[in-house]
Amino acid sequence: MPDRLNHIGLAPADYRGSKTTLCAGCGHNAISERIIDACFELGLQPHRVVKLSGIGCSSKSPAYFLSRSFGFNSVHGRMPSVATGALLANRTLRAIGVSGDGDTASIGIGQFIHLMRRNLPLVYIVEDNGVYGLTKGQFSATADEGQKLKSGVVNQLPALDLCAMAIESGATFVARSFSGDKRQLTQVLKAALSHQGVAMLDIISPCVTFNDQPESTKSYQYVKQHESPVHDVDFIPYFNDITVDYEPGAVTDVRLHDGSHLRLRKLDRDYDPTDRRSALGLLSNAHGGEEVLTGVFYLAPEKPDFLAGLNLVPEPLATLPDDRVRPPQSVLERINASLA
Amino acid sequence: MATADLDVRRGAPAPKDRLVNDFSLQVATVNGSGSQSSNLVLLRTIFQMGIPVSGKNLFPSNIAGLPTWYTIRANKNHYVGRKKEVDFLVALNAETARDDVAALEPGAAVLYDEPLRLDALRSDLVFYAVPFDRLVAAVCPEAKLRKLVRNMIYDGVLAHLLHLDLAQLENALRRHFRKKPKAADLNWAAVQAGYEYASQHLPKRDRCWLEPMQENAGKIIIEGNAAAALGCLFAGVTVVGWYPITPSSSLCEYLISYLRAYRLDPATGQATYAVVQAEDELASAGIVLGAGWMGARSMTSTSGPGISLMSEFIGLGYYAEIPGVFFDVQRVGPSTGMPTRTAQGDVAFAATLGHGDARHIVLLPGTAGECYTLALAAFDLAEEFQTPVFVLSDLDLAMNHWIADPLPYPNGPLRRGKVLDAAGLERIGEFARYRDVDGDGIPYRTLPGTDHPAAPYFTRGSGHNDRALYSEKPQEYVANMDRLGRKFDTARARVPAPVLERDGAGEVGVIAFGSSHFATLESLDQLARQSGLHAAYLRLRAFPFNQQLRDFVARHRRVYVVEQNRDAQMLDLIRLELAANPGGPADLVSRLRSVRHYDGLPVDARSLSDEILRQEAQP
Ligand SMILES: Cc1ncc(C[n+]2csc(CCOP(=O)(O)OP(=O)(O)O)c2C)c(N)n1
Ligand code: SF4
Ligand SMILES: [Mg+2]
Repeated sequence: MPDRLNHIGLAPADYRGSKTTLCAGCGHNAISERIIDACFELGLQPHRVVKLSGIGCSSKSPAYFLSRSFGFNSVHGRMPSVATGALLANRTLRAIGVSGDGDTASIGIGQFIHLMRRNLPLVYIVEDNGVYGLTKGQFSATADEGQKLKSGVVNQLPALDLCAMAIESGATFVARSFSGDKRQLTQVLKAALSHQGVAMLDIISPCVTFNDQPESTKSYQYVKQHESPVHDVDFIPYFNDITVDYEPGAVTDVRLHDGSHLRLRKLDRDYDPTDRRSALGLLSNAHGGEEVLTGVFYLAPEKPDFLAGLNLVPEPLATLPDDRVRPPQSVLERINASLA
Repeated sequence: MATADLDVRRGAPAPKDRLVNDFSLQVATVNGSGSQSSNLVLLRTIFQMGIPVSGKNLFPSNIAGLPTWYTIRANKNHYVGRKKEVDFLVALNAETARDDVAALEPGAAVLYDEPLRLDALRSDLVFYAVPFDRLVAAVCPEAKLRKLVRNMIYDGVLAHLLHLDLAQLENALRRHFRKKPKAADLNWAAVQAGYEYASQHLPKRDRCWLEPMQENAGKIIIEGNAAAALGCLFAGVTVVGWYPITPSSSLCEYLISYLRAYRLDPATGQATYAVVQAEDELASAGIVLGAGWMGARSMTSTSGPGISLMSEFIGLGYYAEIPGVFFDVQRVGPSTGMPTRTAQGDVAFAATLGHGDARHIVLLPGTAGECYTLALAAFDLAEEFQTPVFVLSDLDLAMNHWIADPLPYPNGPLRRGKVLDAAGLERIGEFARYRDVDGDGIPYRTLPGTDHPAAPYFTRGSGHNDRALYSEKPQEYVANMDRLGRKFDTARARVPAPVLERDGAGEVGVIAFGSSHFATLESLDQLARQSGLHAAYLRLRAFPFNQQLRDFVARHRRVYVVEQNRDAQMLDLIRLELAANPGGPADLVSRLRSVRHYDGLPVDARSLSDEILRQEAQP
């Protein structure tokens, strides 16, 4: 049977990458699969997407999806600046950044904060396993307080909450999901890819080799038992007809920049994802709790992104023709005259 | 010394004792006291009188309150490097005045603020007391404005004493304040007050004289950083990431003002450039690489500390073969202490920056004009060689004013290197990102967004084969490293060639670069005139070196390498070069001698000459 095709006529295989070299069962592989699904379902043109990453097992993963897109595996913790330069040079492309909790919350925390503050139109994915996978299991800054490594080392420091930090810093789309939650993760990724601004996704992604003990909040078993979605996430792409079928109060329906909709069907919690204070309150009340909150915590689709504020010409700066980037001789003559 | 016999307190010196268009004047003030306008107007007046001149600001790392010195050197022979001796001192800083006066040679002149009573300090100097407060009060009724115009008084006094052309002085002043006509009037009144006071009370007794010349017809006067910024503008830079640091900040600040003025689309008013003041230099470098990878002409400017932070990215840029222009406006050493002092201390660092093997193209502007032309060249080279390119300037060149020829309009299109678009990919058949197709070590690249199935590739650091696929195979790594080496060799013939500034008698050669240039020229004249030593002079303009350097060393018995650092960094690079490429006389390396200057002040000719003569006297 032929593969099913999306609305631009491509098959899922057109979104695959090279074969993964990560451990079997690593959460990062599942996330790559969901990225493939989301891009396929949205019908993105692979050549219109760029993938960027830092360093880590997680940061290797852009090689394992979208091999028809350009990729850049840069340096540890500083992919945000590379993405900034890349998007300044060509803002017509969609950019996906993949990082890890070490890459983001330790060495890269400075660039992370400034990325959120700038609201660069980048889908920024933290594949969060609470450890440094690639360097063999040291604690990261999202590791649980009091957690013990196999070697007996105990983490005495509190975990950073990247979602709260992102909201504080100015991000306009902040979500948490779980690599094993196929449906929710795909919906969240699709919404993030349709958002015009920075979309920070903290995706819990168990490291089966170094941090999958049941008591770790980043283990499969723990998340499966304690995941507590704050709503049901439904993404309705712009090319699907939208039927307004929800009862007000139970559903928040947010229109994204490209005309698609993110529909959040309330579960038991009462809070407004378009209100920063409410989102921060939700996250801080969950601290210390047993549950792992997931969902889209905060959304500000109307806030102009960083590139919009620069008053740039619509074409990519990278390939503007000479006569648009080199002022004419008369300008230099005028400047020379002013210095004579 | 002839001047010692001179009774400096009596009349004007005889014409034969005059220093006509050949003296150095220093203004000692307090940082933040607004003396910069008076100094620049003075400099510009001398420039407009057609006399070769330079202005150097020696300032502390501080916003207000610490001593600062501005030195203007007028010299009919175009010796515009620093001169150690001050011939005319304007002493307005109570804190340093005594030391400043004590340092003068006999016969020098001192213009001072009357209450400082400096005339009692020495009997072998010419003193001129000026009651600044009284004079400024008379022309500026508003007390709070007085501080701003007070310093203009000395321009007026000097106009009388040095024979400044008053019309040119007024012209220079009104140019300076062209956006503030009221301020111009007030300042001009202060100049006139100084002039009148001097005419009535200060008969000329010192030796410094200015006479109009015709040397500056058609020339411009500009700071190195402004010239470099114009180079970036006309190179068509589109993405700039930067983080402020003295002495590089003004490069990006000038650039921003030029981009705003000249790079908005005439139809829509939209920008054809993007500038980001990044959170630090790690991010500036990331922005440069990200944009270069995407195909933009990108740059940053910084100084040593920033280069340290950028080293990982720049090393990655070398391996991943990403263009980007990195201006390093050098200053002295790490952290605080001497950040506003000049040096050429990053030479070795820049040439090999990064972990693992790395060799970078480094351009070495020696004049303000070259800050412009080598900036233009840097963007072409970065894209042609798909690699980070350094432009090594320094505080002296970058932040001081220099006379230059009008900046030439670049000819020919931007050279954007081997970039394949979809049609190009069709033509070439098979595309492999890191393959040496042409035998010059330079591969082809594609830009993200190219709509062709063969276009995309995955960029990573060291571990890749020629198809940009992940590889840890030893042979593939070696093959790639060797190709990078070939690429660097190709650059030898394509970077700006050294300039043979002077041909000599064959015995002694001098090699210099960067801001040492003018002092070196002057030193060569001193050596010839005073010691009959006729040395040749080769001025380096880029690393990697080429055959001209080797030939130059081969033609001379002793070759002095002049540089502004302690460790003879350039000499080391030359030594490596000569030793690594055997051929020619076997003793080339042993001909090299080092002349170093590293006290934080711009290098001066006398120091160079003395050191060369000292070494010449040794067997
Ligand atoms: C500057 C620098 N420091 C240290 C390293 C070593 N290093 C590689 S990956 C890594 C941690 C990665 O952790 P994380 O981002 O959580 O990724 P994971 O492997 O867990 O997916 C470290 C410290 C490096 N590559 N670069
Ligand atoms: S070490 Fe951990 S993070 Fe790395 S690939 Fe294996 S399971 Fe994944
Ligand atoms: Mg991790």
